[in-house]
Amino acid sequence: MSRRGLIEVKQLHKHFAWVPALRGLDFVVQRGECALLLGANGSGKSTLLRLLCGLSRASSGSIRIGGWLLPEEAPAVRAQIGLLAHRPLLYANLTARENLDFFAALYNIAPAERTRRRDDLLQQVGLAARADGLVRDFSRGMQQRLSLARALLHQPDLLLLDEPYTGLDEAGCAILDGLLAAASAGGCTIIMSTHQLERMPSMVDRALILSDGSLVYAGQANKDLAALVRQATNSA
Amino acid sequence: MKTPFVAAVRAIVSKDLRAEWRSRELVSAMALFSLLTVLVFSFALELDKSAREAVISGVLWVSLIFASLLGFNRSLSLEHDQGSLDALLLAPVSRSALFVGKLLGNFTFTMLVALMLLPLMTALYGVNLLDGWALLTTVVGVFGFSAIGTLLATLAVQTRSREALLPIALLPVCLPFLLTAVRATKGILGGAPQSEWQVWLQLLATITSIYMVLCLLLYRFVLEE
Amino acid sequence: MTQLKSDSPLVASPQPRLLRALTMLTALGFAGCLVLGLLVAGTDIQQGQVQRIFYIHMPAFFGAFTAFGATVLGGLVYLWRGSEAWDRIALAGVEVGLAFALINLLTGAIWARPIWNTWWTWDPRLTSAAVMCLTYAAYLMLRAGIENPGRRRSLMSVYGIFAFVSVLLTLFIIRIVPDTIHPVIVGASPQNAQGSFEATSGVLLALLPSMILWLTVMPITLMWHRYRLALRQEAVDALKLKALGG
Repeated sequence: MSRRGLIEVKQLHKHFAWVPALRGLDFVVQRGECALLLGANGSGKSTLLRLLCGLSRASSGSIRIGGWLLPEEAPAVRAQIGLLAHRPLLYANLTARENLDFFAALYNIAPAERTRRRDDLLQQVGLAARADGLVRDFSRGMQQRLSLARALLHQPDLLLLDEPYTGLDEAGCAILDGLLAAASAGGCTIIMSTHQLERMPSMVDRALILSDGSLVYAGQANKDLAALVRQATNSA
Repeated sequence: MKTPFVAAVRAIVSKDLRAEWRSRELVSAMALFSLLTVLVFSFALELDKSAREAVISGVLWVSLIFASLLGFNRSLSLEHDQGSLDALLLAPVSRSALFVGKLLGNFTFTMLVALMLLPLMTALYGVNLLDGWALLTTVVGVFGFSAIGTLLATLAVQTRSREALLPIALLPVCLPFLLTAVRATKGILGGAPQSEWQVWLQLLATITSIYMVLCLLLYRFVLEE
Repeated sequence: MTQLKSDSPLVASPQPRLLRALTMLTALGFAGCLVLGLLVAGTDIQQGQVQRIFYIHMPAFFGAFTAFGATVLGGLVYLWRGSEAWDRIALAGVEVGLAFALINLLTGAIWARPIWNTWWTWDPRLTSAAVMCLTYAAYLMLRAGIENPGRRRSLMSVYGIFAFVSVLLTLFIIRIVPDTIHPVIVGASPQNAQGSFEATSGVLLALLPSMILWLTVMPITLMWHRYRLALRQEAVDALKLKALGG
């Protein structure tokens, strides 16, 4: 299995009520890689991420993660996937600590380990002081940081992030970059969609550029992402 | 790598109970609504101590079902609005565990309302609803329509005008519960011999079991694309 | 006006021979059953001419039964295999079945006017038949309220299965709730049934062909036509989107 890519996408099509959202994507992401998913609004980034975590079903084509076919064989890989979505995916009437405890229980993390990881993560995302605050009183940025903690809680091998910088201030962005770098160093594969072209974390090695549902570039990410996107989108 | 069924169910139930304990918005709204329904019926039908058992058991069950509509809608809307339903789907948990978890939460809330209504209606109408058999009928009936209600609420929150559609979807499908539960309660209240109303309780239990099996089998199709 | 190309989805594919044969059979069979019911069968001694509506009333319910049954089957197979064709069958079943159920209610009301002296009464069976109609009306409303087609198909498959409960309830309610005044033709009528008549050989002669027609050929033919309509509707939607620059 190590010979093959962690994510293998073949001829992936997705349409909503006849409107094509993705038109025949083919790409492979190797284990441990960090790929940026770029493209204009509505180019299909979020749709692709939902497909990659098994929340949505492709119209045709196939997705394999670690050799398992999604979404049919998703139960085999669910425990290895972490998602940071548009919406926070948290419970507003629970505290930060309770939210993390709940998800830790859902992922069947041993109780002792649960406490340690929860406290570490709350510390790392800078919410230790607000651990007993209700999530509904949190600002957008705080919710985003807690969501990140939730996505990392079960130490996934594959981290999918949809616009992770949304709502984060400068300090929050730095925290995110630090946590992603640490995850990447630990061997985690990362796919991240973003609009922040000037912000390229150091561990990024690849860029996937979508334009109107088609993959127009898949290759090295260079320093000048904005130029790369412009070039790829125009030549398509 | 799957989380054990019981652990997942326990996590979901305790999450729902804890959130409810904190906000109390679900049970208090349900309780108030069911009280109002009983009162509205009392006025409209001019119910008093001489009201017939059939009418009283009808009022009890209709009030319970109406209140539960409110609760189920809210309980699943809470999951849907924040997108946390997605988070549940992402977790390595079987879909039937998600169903049983949500069901037990909804069942508990509706039962709390029932436990408030039973003594109240006993006092208001001079009937004995605190009888053991009446209680058993309530538990079985509430469990049954909580099962189908949880499934249909999950379906309804994904539609465009969700608050309006749950009653439309649920009420007709709930009818077998209403029919059998009202008959059983009526028999028990009227002091009829057990042999007369027992068959209704058995029917109610049968329907509940059938619905439960169907819901367990079909729930994942309501959740997944 | 632009000429449609012959391979355009808007040009209907020719009807299969079997469908044409079934359509003919439905039309002829319907006419034949009317002749049997209206002319051949003897006039009921107690009820008179109005009893003849029964040759449509009861078969219509069984037509609805077949169509709603097709919805359950369509739903189950769709959930199992995920093929859209079965979802179209399920939808066709709901619409055809609802039409039959309404015919059943309407003819029942017309019959009840002279026999029970009222158009409608809150009898358990009448109530459950009305609830059955409402359940499938709810199906159509729910269906219209779900935008994502994939979600719509699987959610409605599930609802179509549960909705059948109302059909079974209508069918069996006479056995569970004995205090109905609705007569039972097959088997013993409830004690207080009003307007019973005996299933003599003359009645059966007119009833049996009608039952077979309404139970099988007629709903299947109508559903097949509805299925083809669904295909063309989808083609039109696809073309519209293309025209909008999809």
